[in-house]
Amino acid sequence: MDIFIQVVYFVAAVLFILGLKKMSSPVTATGGIVWAGIGMVAASLVAFFEPHVLDHIDNLVLIIIAIGVGAAAAYISAKRVQMTDMPQMIAIYNGMGGGAAAAIAAVALVKKASGTEIPGHELSGSIQILAVIGALIGAISFSGSAIAFAKLQGLMKKTIRLPMHMIINLGLFVLTLIAGAIIGFSDDVSIQLVLLFFIMALVFGVLFTTPIGGADMPVVISLFNALTGLAVAFEGFVLGNAAMIIAGTVVGSAGTLLTQLMAKAMNRPISNILFASFGSDGGDAAEEDIEGSMKEVQGTDAAIMMAYAEKVIIVPGYGMAVAQAQHKVSELTKLLEARGVKVMFAIHPVAGRMPGHMNVLLAEAGIDYDKILDLDEVNPEFPTADVALVIGANDVVNPVARSNPESPIYGMPILDADMAKNCIVIKRGKGSGFSGIENHLFYADNTRMLYGDGQKAVGELISGIKEM
Amino acid sequence: MIEIGGFTALYIFMLSAFTGYEVISRVPVILHTPMMSGSNFIHGIVLVGAIVVMAGAQTVLEQAIGFIAVALSAGNAVGGYVATVRMLEMFNPKDKKGEA
Repeated sequence: MDIFIQVVYFVAAVLFILGLKKMSSPVTATGGIVWAGIGMVAASLVAFFEPHVLDHIDNLVLIIIAIGVGAAAAYISAKRVQMTDMPQMIAIYNGMGGGAAAAIAAVALVKKASGTEIPGHELSGSIQILAVIGALIGAISFSGSAIAFAKLQGLMKKTIRLPMHMIINLGLFVLTLIAGAIIGFSDDVSIQLVLLFFIMALVFGVLFTTPIGGADMPVVISLFNALTGLAVAFEGFVLGNAAMIIAGTVVGSAGTLLTQLMAKAMNRPISNILFASFGSDGGDAAEEDIEGSMKEVQGTDAAIMMAYAEKVIIVPGYGMAVAQAQHKVSELTKLLEARGVKVMFAIHPVAGRMPGHMNVLLAEAGIDYDKILDLDEVNPEFPTADVALVIGANDVVNPVARSNPESPIYGMPILDADMAKNCIVIKRGKGSGFSGIENHLFYADNTRMLYGDGQKAVGELISGIKEM
Repeated sequence: MIEIGGFTALYIFMLSAFTGYEVISRVPVILHTPMMSGSNFIHGIVLVGAIVVMAGAQTVLEQAIGFIAVALSAGNAVGGYVATVRMLEMFNPKDKKGEA
């Protein structure tokens, strides 16, 4: 039986890696997740046949109930959620994994404190230290992801900064590390200290995440994803489970790479994103004088500009997601194409709240992914475009990033929407964007502002074109 | 039960880390969000550990924490799977017949 269990874990690990690999192409991606899913089901089933698992029938009943509760809640929420709200759901599922890893460590430590052990898994030496590190990482990922969820869901609108936030954070982190070290190295674990350790780790996760602005959340969620992977790997060492070690480590390194890619797209070091809240250091730069004024345009006039264009580049941003405007955008694209207009989409790596967030929404609306271009591919196209239509994007098209070294976003690669012959910006109101930085594009001579909710404004464009 | 001790563990860790890095580095930007969701699903394997730990619980406290571990990890796995499948379905060519 033992060999059989190990073989299944081995096959599951292979399926996870192959599944991830298949996900790297849109054609095979669906197959990839199914493969990984088969691995998961098989591994979970054989877990019941591990030594001692079938010993206590009452625990077994509780396991089944717990799986039912957790799985049902997650299934219903994942089925019901709007595509636009996917990022925060990923955050919350990820946090659950981190919490589970921390809870596994908690059980192991509680047992150690009362002089027992998880049957067959003695907790001592380097294993004990790994358990504590996994607990720390998992707990931070759990509470941090919960805050990330609350922020993106709009449950927590403000960016909370305590006075001396950095110092409090650092102090708390050091204290948590000390408590963790005492627990990790001691033979006589104190249950009170374990409790204190977990509370401190959870609070640190909260304080770590609250000062980070919503625009930087994708990077943070990606980081927590990597952290949960690591926590799972460490608890895998504790339980001598190779499938957990491999799957956790693969996710840990993959998430780290993804985090780096995102930070690079923003041209900001990761440390800057995590430890300096966006915009707070750019107050001076935002107040400088801006030449020109915002010029409003009516939907029908904007529709005429687009209908007689040869090439239109659409730049979607978070505003499109909020307004659920992707289906209207798709309809607009078809109308324009029927008139012989060449339409393409420009996606900034950090547009929306996740890398690839816009791509998912556009795919949902049935837009062919051949028309969706990356920053590097699309920027040479702007100077020959007749109209750049910006829908709810702001910082990613702000030319200040090229021109003003004082600006906090200086150096960030942007989409050169200002280089198009005409630029139409759909925007809800006159205020500045998420970062609070004034956008010079909105004041440019060739820019016209179309005020309104994304869905309504695109609807005006559609009816404008239809009336022609 | 196989023993995964000292350096064997370190080798597994090192090789897995490189594997993850290499596999992800070839993913196009359009798949980054489904990809993140997919990798999020894969660490749902923590469910296996949670089952083992919960099964060995002896006190009410241990049962309570174990219950939380199993419920959370089941949520991680199921939520991660459903979310990923839903996103990837949108890239399925067959959904786009009307457009062509």
